Order: sequence, then C-alpha cells, then structure tokens
Amino acid sequence: MTAQLLASLPLLVPMTGLVLCLVFWRWVALQRGVMVGVALSLSATAVALLLRTTGGEVLAVRLGDWPAPMAITLVVDQTAAIMVLLTAVVAVACTLFSLGGIDRTREHSAYYALLCGLFAAVCGAFTTNDLFNLYVWFEVMLMSSFVLLSLGGRRAQIEGAIKYVTLNLISSTLFLAAIGLTYAMLGTLNMADMAERLAAAENPGQFTPVAAIFLVAFAIKSASFPFFYWLPASYHTPPSVISAVFAGLLTKVGIYVMIRFFGLMFPASHPDAGMIYHIILWLGGFSMVTGVLSAAAQMEIRRILSVHIISQIGYMLMGLGIAGSALHRAANDGDPGGVLAGAAALALAGTIFHIAHNMVVKVNLFLVAGTVERICGSGDLNRIGGLYAARPGLAALFLIPALSLAGIPVLSGFWSKFLLVRAGLVAEAYVIIGVSLFVSVLTLFSMIKIWIYAFWKPAPENAEPHNPDRDPTVGPMRWQYAGSLFLTCVTILIGVFANQAIRAARIGADQLIEPRAYLDAAMDRAGEPASADPASAGEGVAR
Amino acid sequence: MHLLMAITVGMMYATGLYMMLRRSIVKLLIGLVLLSHGSNLLIFTAAGLSEGNPPLIRPGEDGMVGPHTDPLPGALILTAIVISFAILAFACVLVKRGYEEVGTDDQNAMNTTDQ
Amino acid sequence: MNSIILRTGTVFILPLLLLVSVVILLRGHNEPGGGFVGGLTAATAMLLHMLAFGPKEARKLLPIGPEAMIGVGLLLALFSGIPAMFAGLPAFKALWTDFEPVQGVKFSTPLIFDVGVYLTVAGVVILIIFSIAEYRGHRAIDAQHASDARAREEAS
Repeated sequence: MTAQLLASLPLLVPMTGLVLCLVFWRWVALQRGVMVGVALSLSATAVALLLRTTGGEVLAVRLGDWPAPMAITLVVDQTAAIMVLLTAVVAVACTLFSLGGIDRTREHSAYYALLCGLFAAVCGAFTTNDLFNLYVWFEVMLMSSFVLLSLGGRRAQIEGAIKYVTLNLISSTLFLAAIGLTYAMLGTLNMADMAERLAAAENPGQFTPVAAIFLVAFAIKSASFPFFYWLPASYHTPPSVISAVFAGLLTKVGIYVMIRFFGLMFPASHPDAGMIYHIILWLGGFSMVTGVLSAAAQMEIRRILSVHIISQIGYMLMGLGIAGSALHRAANDGDPGGVLAGAAALALAGTIFHIAHNMVVKVNLFLVAGTVERICGSGDLNRIGGLYAARPGLAALFLIPALSLAGIPVLSGFWSKFLLVRAGLVAEAYVIIGVSLFVSVLTLFSMIKIWIYAFWKPAPENAEPHNPDRDPTVGPMRWQYAGSLFLTCVTILIGVFANQAIRAARIGADQLIEPRAYLDAAMDRAGEPASADPASAGEGVAR
Repeated sequence: MHLLMAITVGMMYATGLYMMLRRSIVKLLIGLVLLSHGSNLLIFTAAGLSEGNPPLIRPGEDGMVGPHTDPLPGALILTAIVISFAILAFACVLVKRGYEEVGTDDQNAMNTTDQ
Repeated sequence: MNSIILRTGTVFILPLLLLVSVVILLRGHNEPGGGFVGGLTAATAMLLHMLAFGPKEARKLLPIGPEAMIGVGLLLALFSGIPAMFAGLPAFKALWTDFEPVQGVKFSTPLIFDVGVYLTVAGVVILIIFSIAEYRGHRAIDAQHASDARAREEAS
C-alpha cells in the first residue's frame, strides 16, 4: 500500500462511515454494521501506520497534490500513529457498548453518523499539519459533540450543553483570531513551514504573544486549569457511552495539539521557550490538584470520573513542561553527558504513554459507570451498593482500570507515572513530582471511595427494584460487558508488554524533540522517506 | 483604514464580551455572534488591506497581473463564516429548547448541573 | 402565512430560483459562484415555498429527505477524491476531461465535488429550516418518539 493512501486512511475511513450512515438514514441495522466496519478498519489502518512508522519513517500526503507549503498536509509520525491507534481502540469499545447501551430513539437520530463524524475529526486533528485545517477539525469535533451531548434533550443535558457550547466557542474564536495573527506575522499556516520561518526569524520573540493566545485556546479545549469549568458542568449529563467518548478523546486532542504546536514552534533554542514551558508546568500542577480535590468532594460516579479527567490532564501537561524546561536548560546552561536531554525524552515518552493509557482507562471507567447506572438506576453513591455480591464480574471490570488509573504496579498507569516521575527526578523538578505523587494517592482514595460505596457496601434498604435486562428501549447487556472487557484486556496488555509500549512512545518522543524527519516530510523535500517507497514514486512525489 | 478596522474589531470584541457577561441567554448568543464576526474581521485586517485590487484573473490574461490582495484570508474567512453559521444555528435551537425546559432565559436559573 | 400574492408569486419564482442556483453552481469554477452559494440559493427556494405553503407541503416537494441529501452530497464530495488515488496521485488531486455536458463547463472531479457541496449545503440548510419550523415543543417530540418506538416494537 502506498504511503500516501495509508496516511489519508485515518481520515477517509470514518468520513466514509459518516456518509454511509447518512445515506442509510432509515435503516438503523445497516448503520450499526457501518459503525462496526469503521471501528475495525480504523484499527487495521492504525496498526499498519504504527508498524510503518516504527522505523522512524514519517508518512505524508498533500491533499489535492498542491505544492508543499500551500497544500493541506496530513503527516503521520510515530506519535500520531499511536494516537490514531488509541482512537481506534476507543472506537471499537464504544461501538460494542453502543450496540447494547444506547437507546433506540438516539439510534434513530443519527447517533452513529455523529459518532463517525467525531472520530473523523479526532483523526484529522491528530494527523493534520495545517493550522487552519486543525481549526476546521476542532469545529467538526465540536459540532458532533454538541449534538451528541444534547441529543434527547433532558433539562440537565440542555444546561450542560449551553455551558459546553459557550466556552468551547470562545476557545474557537480565540484560536481563529490567533490563526489570523499568525498568518499576518509569518505568512503561512503550515506548521512545519511556520516552525522553520520562526527558527530563521530575526526576532522570534514577536510570536510569543500570539502563542499565548494559542495556549489559552488549547487549554480551554483540554480543560486544564483555570479553564476547566465547562467539563464538570456537562460531561455527566449525556448517556454514559457518549461521556466515555468525550472523556477519552476530546480533551486528549487538546493536549496532543499543545505538544505538537509548542514542540515545533518553541524548540529549546527559542528565547521564550523557558517561560512557555514554565507556564505549562504551573498549569499542569494546578490542574492535578484542583481536579483531584474536587473529585474528593463529589458523590456521583460519573461526576467523580469527570473531574478526574482534569487531574489526569495535569499529568500530561507536567510531562510536556518538564521536557520543555529540561531541553531549554540544556541548551542554555550546557548539558554534560546528555542527562537533561535524556530526561526530556523520557518525560515526553511518559506523556505520550500517559495519554494512551488514560484514553483506554478513562473510557473503560465511564463505560463501567454506565453499566452500574443501568443496573442500579442511578449513579449516586449514596443510593446504590452491593454490586460486588450481585455482579462480581463487573466488580473486576471496574477494579482493574480503577487501580490502573491510580498507578498500581504492573497495570498501565504505573508505567506512565513511573516514566514521568523518573524524568522529573533527573531534571530536578522535585516540587511538581511531589505534587504528582500526592495527587496519585488522592486518586486512589477516589477510586476506593467508588469501590466501597458502589461495590462493597450492601445495597441500601430503600433501593427501588429495577431489572436492567428487561429494558425494551436499549439492547442486551452483554454488549456493554464486551466493550468493557475489551478495554480491560487492552489495559492489562499495555501493562504486561510495557517494554514494547515504552519503546514506541520513546520513538515518538525522539521524533518530537528532533523533528527533522517530520519537517522534511511535511515540506515535501527531496529525500523524504515516502519516496523510498517504489509504489508511490509516481508524479505525486517525484519533483 | 487599518486604524478604523482595528477600532471596529476592538469594539466588536468589547461589545461581544459585554453581552456574554449579561445574564440573559439570548444576549449570550448575540455576544458569541459578535465575537466570531470580530475574529473574521481581525483575520481580514491583519492579513493586509489594499483598495481596488481584487485577486481575479481578467479575461484574456494568463495569470494575476499587477498588485492584488492576498486571496487566502478571504478563503479562511469564508470557511470560518460557514462553520460559525452552522454552530450558531444549532445554538439558537439549543437556546430555544433551554428556554422551554427552564422557563426563563436567566442563566442563574441554569445551575442544576453545577451542584 | 396565508397571502395569495406570496402563494401565486412562489409558484413562478420557485423554478426560477432553482434554475439560478444550478447556473451559479455550474459557472462556479472560473467565475464567482460555486456549490456553496448555489446550495444556499436552492435552500432559499425551499424556504420561500415553506413560508407560502407550510413545511408539510415543502417536504412533499423534496424527492428525498434532507438527511439523505446531505448523505448523497457528502458521498459525491468524497467520491471526487477517489479517481486521483487510482491514478497513483494523492487523494483529491483535480482531474479534468474534455467532455462538456454544458457549453463551457468541463466535466471534472472538481465539478463532482461542487455538486456534492451543493447538495450538502442545500440539505443542511433545509434541515435546519425544517427543524425550526416544525418544532412543536419537546413534549410533543417526546410523545412522537414514544409512539415511534411503540410502532417499531410492534413491527418487529
């Protein structure tokens, strides 16, 4: 398969799914089939991309075959391939869960089409190299998620959706304004081209205020401190599988874009890099603490999980901050033995690993919460209980991702935190490491709280009798279990094969720190890796 | 001209933000409209203004001749307008629905999800 | 709205508007116009009809539902990117033929793309107009959904 086709597939597969779902508007069974097909073929594409990029090759396709800085370029390096793979994993799990857990009314209101649109937008944001195209994907993502959020129209959903719409639209407006200023300043919106022009600029500091606007826009998208208010107000209102998709993908896109953007625009040599990464470090620290403390105050499963997203975002920001600061110090004060550079690579690898692990685990916890709500009729910890005795299988499905989220050894969460803490120790960022370990303990506390209240404690006396298996509006329960089981297996596999996973994350991190291959591929320069592929050496690539 | 446009953009942002800070949800929507249009004008202004030089190829000519405005900001703005049109159409319906559910357009009454 | 002038006028203006929208669509590649504007014009025609005769009559005018229109439009737009891939070029590279279905308009992949945009935009705008015009409050919608669900239940 040619490199160009492969690089455009993450976008084309869900787009085709979206179109087919709309064409089969009246036949829901066909739409389900399309969704399963999309999830499976996206997974196959992602695996192929991952194998292709492991050797350091960067795949690129210029849509419409326009010349390099002008075209919208899709670029897939190892990090992007990992993200697409995780999106595919989330797609598989959520499709399985939806077959059993989504009500028929939603299925008839374009649910699958919207889901495909969301996946297309997420994959687009992961692969695109054009800033304005990124804005378009953000908006597509936003639009699908708005509708998914308010589908059904209960009061809580409408109120949540209004807050979500407002704050995310402000973020988009800021993003758009910053794009305009960038174009005025640099004359290009191709991120690789921008990075090179900035590196060659006489006074690169001029771009820093614009970058600050970008930082605010991305921080709102990723729900980091102090812009996270929309998230706890809206994420617990739609059906659990929709919150699961949001929790797994939307905020992570914000973080990924932040890593990509600041990694390219603010390399260690940039005079303001130290300041930018310092701010990111602070944002990360505050996100961790505020998220986990507000989780301690909540008494409803999905609200607890929602605010935990914010604290997990903090870990990812911390990794980016540590890496950037370490590289900046290495460039300014010298780096005998390459200690700081090693720490930076480790921190970035930890961040990529953490995003991947968090996508799997968070989605799984939301799915389990959905099953709990279906069984008990509520997610309020005071009104439910006795699930360990009634459903031991479900208890196991909850316990494994919960412990993984808290960072118990052997499970995936342990490795990502281990990488981050080790990188922090080498880079001498002791304060933030202390904070992150403290937050880790509080995370465990929250998870144990859910465990004790929902699973161990006997069911309260006044619990209304409820038979989840005989609900005519939704499908059979076994599909819900299948979704959770799949993700639990992925969590365990990441933990057991941590060595391979860390190696992949490390390759991605090295490409982010030394983006030569990425820039060459995006700018379509001679000797780009794609031209080594004889099948694609047609007019498209040859100059 | 640049100064005039800059002041216009600033006024739109200021009015938009002021509207968003009001309690009425309809005014919130108007504020969002003003903000997004302000951003479009910002792109237009920042990318450079020139008078009477449309980026069009005249009949009989092979390419662009003489000075012309950069066509790219126009394309960007068009896309942004289309997107904001779709989102605001959705937001209108959402606001109407919210009004029906809550019975008022006061944002202070919409706090059940924050508790 | 019950105005005899509007109703009579609409009968004449509607085909004219649709014709203009097609003209705008076809001249779009080299001159001002294109699928987006054409689609909006077509949607305006539907809006006019809806104002004059009500949403029920307007729905009867459409051969396929607006949702399917969006689907077919997107399908065409997506499909226009595929021929280039078979020719070994990146997706969405423009390919031109010398065949002219209408005087001065060459058949090409951008034309297919534009027709797709036309259908999508018209479909989206008509969908928005319909859902606002036919909106009867959420209680009525909930009742409708419940009866739909019952009907499906009985059918299966």
